[in-house]
Amino acid sequence: MAQPSLTVVNKNKTIHEAYPPAPAATGNATVIETELYAADEKIYPRAVGGWFAVWRWLLVWATQIAFYGGAWLTWNGRQAVLFDIAHRKFYIFGLVFWPQDIIYLAVLLIIAALSLFLFTAVAGRLWCGYACPQTVYTEIFMWIERVIEGDRVKRMKLDRAPRSPRKLLLKSAKHAIWILLSLWTGFTFVGYFTPIRELSGEVMSVFTWVGGGLAPTLGPWETFWCLFYGFATYGNAGWMREQVCIYMCPYARFQSAMFDRDTLIITYDADRGEPRGARAKSVDRAARGLGDCVDCSICVQVCPTGIDIRDGLQYQCIGCAACIDGCDHVMDRMGYPRGLIRYSTQNALERKFTRAQMLAHTFRTRVLVYTGIVWAVIIAAAIGLYVRVPLKVDVIRDRAAISREVEGGDIENVYQLQIINTSERGRVFDIEAVGLPTMRLDGETHVELPGTGSRLVPLSVRVHVGPGAVASGTHRIEFLVHAHDDPAVFVRETSIFIVR
Amino acid sequence: MTSQFTSVFWDIYIGAITLVSIVACAVFLKVQSVRKPVEADTTGHIWDEDLQEYNNPMPRWWAWLFYLTVFFSLGYLVFYPGLGSFAGILGWSQVTQLEEETRAADARFGPIYEKFAAQEVTVVAKSPEALAIGQKLFLNHCAQCHASDGAGSRGFPNLTDMDWLWGSTPEAIKTSITEGRLGVMPPWGPALGEQGVKDAAHYVMSLSGMPADNVRAARGKDLFDKTCMACHGPQGKGNPAMGAPDLTDKAWLHGSSEAQIIETISKGRTDQMPAHKDVLSPAKIHLLSAYVYSLSRSGAVAPHRK
Repeated sequence: MAQPSLTVVNKNKTIHEAYPPAPAATGNATVIETELYAADEKIYPRAVGGWFAVWRWLLVWATQIAFYGGAWLTWNGRQAVLFDIAHRKFYIFGLVFWPQDIIYLAVLLIIAALSLFLFTAVAGRLWCGYACPQTVYTEIFMWIERVIEGDRVKRMKLDRAPRSPRKLLLKSAKHAIWILLSLWTGFTFVGYFTPIRELSGEVMSVFTWVGGGLAPTLGPWETFWCLFYGFATYGNAGWMREQVCIYMCPYARFQSAMFDRDTLIITYDADRGEPRGARAKSVDRAARGLGDCVDCSICVQVCPTGIDIRDGLQYQCIGCAACIDGCDHVMDRMGYPRGLIRYSTQNALERKFTRAQMLAHTFRTRVLVYTGIVWAVIIAAAIGLYVRVPLKVDVIRDRAAISREVEGGDIENVYQLQIINTSERGRVFDIEAVGLPTMRLDGETHVELPGTGSRLVPLSVRVHVGPGAVASGTHRIEFLVHAHDDPAVFVRETSIFIVR
Repeated sequence: MTSQFTSVFWDIYIGAITLVSIVACAVFLKVQSVRKPVEADTTGHIWDEDLQEYNNPMPRWWAWLFYLTVFFSLGYLVFYPGLGSFAGILGWSQVTQLEEETRAADARFGPIYEKFAAQEVTVVAKSPEALAIGQKLFLNHCAQCHASDGAGSRGFPNLTDMDWLWGSTPEAIKTSITEGRLGVMPPWGPALGEQGVKDAAHYVMSLSGMPADNVRAARGKDLFDKTCMACHGPQGKGNPAMGAPDLTDKAWLHGSSEAQIIETISKGRTDQMPAHKDVLSPAKIHLLSAYVYSLSRSGAVAPHRK
């Protein structure tokens, strides 16, 4: 736990430094026993301000206002965004999705995945660095920690200090606020699945009288999920932090497949920085043979995953650009140009691209193909949503009466129509059957359904058979269902008619 | 007397293997959590000719997760069945879970069925709520033979008309569902001979006003009076006590063509409606009777059909 305050000791330095290859096996190789599971070294990221930190905070605000606030919006007399799993209806503002609309979820996931590929190809781990909930909540939790315990050095000192009332007070305050925020997060999350206003009423009243005794008002499952997501927030943002990114997140491991030599990554300009060394601002670095890196280790201190960016691109780097902000600040103070650590590409560094050349390389085949596919899917989804009819019809042919003879020698087939009114207002639907001469539809051909209601309607179709009429065999017929008030709300479903 | 399959030895054997395996996992974890690198510390895998992977240590909490699974397993074996024949202190089993869920469903839906069970079938048959439930029961238990609209098909009676083999009263319908029915028409081919069967068929066709050979029908009447009248009655009006159909109407369970009627007379027919008393509760049968009753009466939700 104890760490010197300025020298940075880090297990995640380059692999070579941490584990130098053992000498080649000689006659009597020394056997060294090491732990397979290493104790976790706590990281104390130093607070950092700057251009990229502002961007991250903007995204923290945007995503969290949308998350905490979104659940409270109402639309059309109901919660605007509600995933009602019990009734299998999913409301997103004016849209109501049914389980049959699973294709839209698939499309949404495809868009999300392709966007991730696109952003990663262009600028590396943008998602990780700015918008991932793990980063966002860690940022919020670290802010709380900093307000209560102070910045890096103070926190390290506090952790090293022996037990004292002050330490107990600070730690309890921090955890209390973390837990409150976590519970609110868990509650909000559950509020997207159970109407949040009812949920808050239940949480507020805590207990109700049930059959002469006090019982918790909140249902057991709501309680469980509130606590579960609350615990996940507290554990991941308070304790696990970079461990989630390094050991648990699959995206962190496969994203390198989407990098190429023109992907913007956070880089240390070694040509400019080396040889590194401490110096006073007044010292002429050229005369001393020093590069621009003053070896202040700020870039390491601000890193939320505890790596040294000067060792090059590493899988632990989440692309948060905290080291850029930190280094720029130092460069300003030294009077050196900014950008010793900056967003750049491997090609740009090696081939000494200008900024314009580097950005021009953004428009390369891989990026254009990703962009094209993403837009194609987005446009297809938008068109699909626009032409979507708020009516679903499923024709189920009866399996008992395949083809029955009725009075007068006519042939009758039996169908059940599952009619689902997916709009939120009541409607009357007219049913017709077409496709065969002398066709007659019997049953309830005007069906009234309330908003988001569904009915199974038994219907029978009768035809004359024989010469000049319908021949023996299988015939294609169609059921036409349309809303009485709106001819555009119309569904055509095919089925078959069998004459034995 | 214990056979080798029911001997208590196997309970102990399985239990011991389970416990030894779990303990062995824990011991293995403990023993394997140190390593003795003697050469360059890589995982030993080589990809793409020269690509190697360093064997970096995992965080310690990862190892705790492994130990957690060991404790979870032991806890599971205390609460749930898993150690030989030990049922676990919660006494859980698939059967108890099913019983619990059935009890919960009965407690939830029972009152609805009880409410209707207390009313007359003819009253229930007018309740839209009851008919909506009845339709679901019908689709689950009856539509396989009687079709989803209840109008049946060849060999399976139409429940939407007023032609009832075993009687149309609510009580008769309820008995049909509860106890089932077995309708048997014996084969008359051997007794009547080919021409006799054909004569009888033409008489039967004339009964319901279908075109028939008058000579054959006249001969058939004598045969009918001797053989068929016992069940179908002197005018061929049938007998609901034994499920003998009315031959004077236009409803034909096995077809109305000459060939079909001849086949029915010469080979006989055996139709069975299975009993549902073991499948459905009396309250559900009551509700279902009301639904079936409603199919052929006015005010029904299902379409009317002749």
